[in-house]
Amino acid sequence: MKEINDLSLPDDVKYTKSHEWAKLSGDIVIIGLNDYAQDQLGEIVFVELPETGDTFSKDDEFGSVESVKAVSEIYIPISGEIVEINEGLEDAPELVNESCYDNGWLVKVKPENISELDDLMDKGEYLNMLKG
Amino acid sequence: MRYLPHTKDDIKSMLKVAGQENLDDLFNCIPDDLKITESLDLPQSLSEWELNSHMEELASLNIACKNYKCFMGAGSYDHYIPAIIPYLISRSEFMTAYTPYQPEVSQGTLQGIYEFQTMVTELLGMDIATASHYDCGTALAEACLIALRQNKKANKIAVSALTHPSHRQIIHTYISPAGYEIVEIPYTKEGLTDVKALEAMDDIAGIAVQSPNFFGNIEDLSAFKAVADAKKVLFITSFTEALAFGLLKNPGSFGADLVAGEGQSLGIAKSFGGPGLGLLAGTKKQMRNLPGRLIGKTKDANGDDGFVLTLATREQHIRREKASSNICSNNGLNAMTAAVYLATVGKIGIREIAQQNHDKAVYLKASLEKAGFESAFDTPFFNEFLMKAPAGFEQKRAALINDKCTFAGICLDKFYPELKHHYLFCATETISKKDIDQLAKEVQ
Repeated sequence: MKEINDLSLPDDVKYTKSHEWAKLSGDIVIIGLNDYAQDQLGEIVFVELPETGDTFSKDDEFGSVESVKAVSEIYIPISGEIVEINEGLEDAPELVNESCYDNGWLVKVKPENISELDDLMDKGEYLNMLKG
Repeated sequence: MRYLPHTKDDIKSMLKVAGQENLDDLFNCIPDDLKITESLDLPQSLSEWELNSHMEELASLNIACKNYKCFMGAGSYDHYIPAIIPYLISRSEFMTAYTPYQPEVSQGTLQGIYEFQTMVTELLGMDIATASHYDCGTALAEACLIALRQNKKANKIAVSALTHPSHRQIIHTYISPAGYEIVEIPYTKEGLTDVKALEAMDDIAGIAVQSPNFFGNIEDLSAFKAVADAKKVLFITSFTEALAFGLLKNPGSFGADLVAGEGQSLGIAKSFGGPGLGLLAGTKKQMRNLPGRLIGKTKDANGDDGFVLTLATREQHIRREKASSNICSNNGLNAMTAAVYLATVGKIGIREIAQQNHDKAVYLKASLEKAGFESAFDTPFFNEFLMKAPAGFEQKRAALINDKCTFAGICLDKFYPELKHHYLFCATETISKKDIDQLAKEVQ
C-alpha cells in the first residue's frame, strides 16, 4: 500500500471524509473515489452504481465498491440528481484502480445547491485528516 | 476434512500451550458463584444396547412402517432413493452441513457443491445457483427480501395464496420485523393464482408464485412475468416438487428473476419433514444480491483447475450489518445428496421419473373419481391434485393409517377453511397400480 506522501491528490478536486472526490465541471459535479480509497481497497471487481434520475441528499449512500477484500459503501458529497453513471465500470471496474480521477469516475450529479461543495476539504485539509 | 476427537495427549499438549494445569483452569475467569456445582439432573447413562432398545421403543411410536403407501405430498414427497446415494454420501468427508471453514483445503467438497450448483442451474434454466439454503421456505423468504431491498419505494411483496402455507408463514417471519408485509394474491375457481387480482395490486416490490402450486396445479408463469414486467418488479417463482421439471418448462424459460425451491425430492429422505434442501437460483443480474454461499471454479498458481468460495465479501463476517443476509451456512450434505441424485438419474432418468409420477397421479385421480370423489378443479397438474371427499372419508382415512399403513391424502381444512372435506392427493413413482386399485377399493 502507498505511503501518504505517495498518494496522488490533485489540486482541482474536493475531498470527503469518506474518501470520495468531487469536481465541478460546468454546472455538473463529477464524483469518484480517490487514490487513497482505491489503494486501500485493492483490486476492485465490481462497482454498484445508482440509476440515472435517482436523487440523493448529501452524505447518502449511493452505491458500493467491491474489491477482492471487502465491500465498501460510497457516500455522495453533494445533494442532487444523478445525470450520468460511468457505464464503462460494469465491464472494467479496474478503471477505478487504474485511473480514479479520470476514466474511473463514478457518477455525474446535477447539484441542488452548489455551495455544498464549499463544505468539502481541499487537498491540504484532506492530507491533514489522513495524517491524523 | 475429518472430525476426530481429542486424545488425552492432545488435550495435555494444548493445555501446556495455554499455560494451564487442567481443563477447569480454563474457566477460572468465571466467578465461582456463577458456576453450577451440583450435578445435572439427568438420568443415569445407558449401555449401548439399552440405549438402542430405548431409541427403538421411541421410534416405534412413529407411524412409519416400512411398507407404507404414501399418497401425500404437499411439500414432502415419497421418492425412491437409489442405493448408490446413501453409499456415496456416507463418506465421512461429506458429513457436515457446512461449507468447510478452511474452504480451499477441501477441494472435494467444494467441487461437489460446484457440481450441485451447476446441475441446479440446468434444471431450473437459471444463470446462477447458491450452495443451498435450509429449505424452500427460507430460500423463498430470502428471495422476497432481495426484491424488497431492490425496490426501496415499496414495502409489500405479492405472494400467491397457493404458495405453500408454511412458506408464507416463513416469509412473514423473515420480513415483518423489517416493516415489510405480504399481500396475498387470491386464487380462482380453477385452482390457479388470480392474475387479474394481481394486476390491481400497487406498491409491491415483487411477485412470488409457486408452480406447480400448493393444489398441485400448473400455473401459467408467462402471465405473471408479463405483470411483473409491466410493474417493473422482480418475478420470483417457487416450487416444492423439483422432479416436476423433468417434464415441465423450467422457470428460467418464463423469465423468472429468482427461483426458490425445495430439493427434498432429489434423493433426500422425508425424515418426518426435514431437514430439506433450499434451492435458490437467479439471473446473472441478481448475482451480487443472492445471499449465502457460492462456489466458483478458477485456476491455481500452476494453472490447474481449483474451486473457491466466491463473492464472500458480501457476507456478514466482512460486511457486518450491511450484509444482505445473516445466512452463512448451507445444507451441505443434502446439497451433495441432490448432486449425487441428479448425476445418478441424469437427463433421461429425471424425465422418465417425472412421467411416471404424472401418469400415476392421473390414474389415481381417475380411480378416486370412480370411488365417489369429486375433482376440485379441471386444471393440468403434475403429481398432486385436490379432491372433494365423499361423506365418511375422514374415518376411513384414519383407519387406513392404523390398519393398512396407508396415508390417503392431506386434509386442507386447516390451511383453507373454505375448502371443507377437500383432500390433497399425490402419487409418485413409488406407488404401483396395485396400490392405487387397493386404495380405490378401500375408500369406496
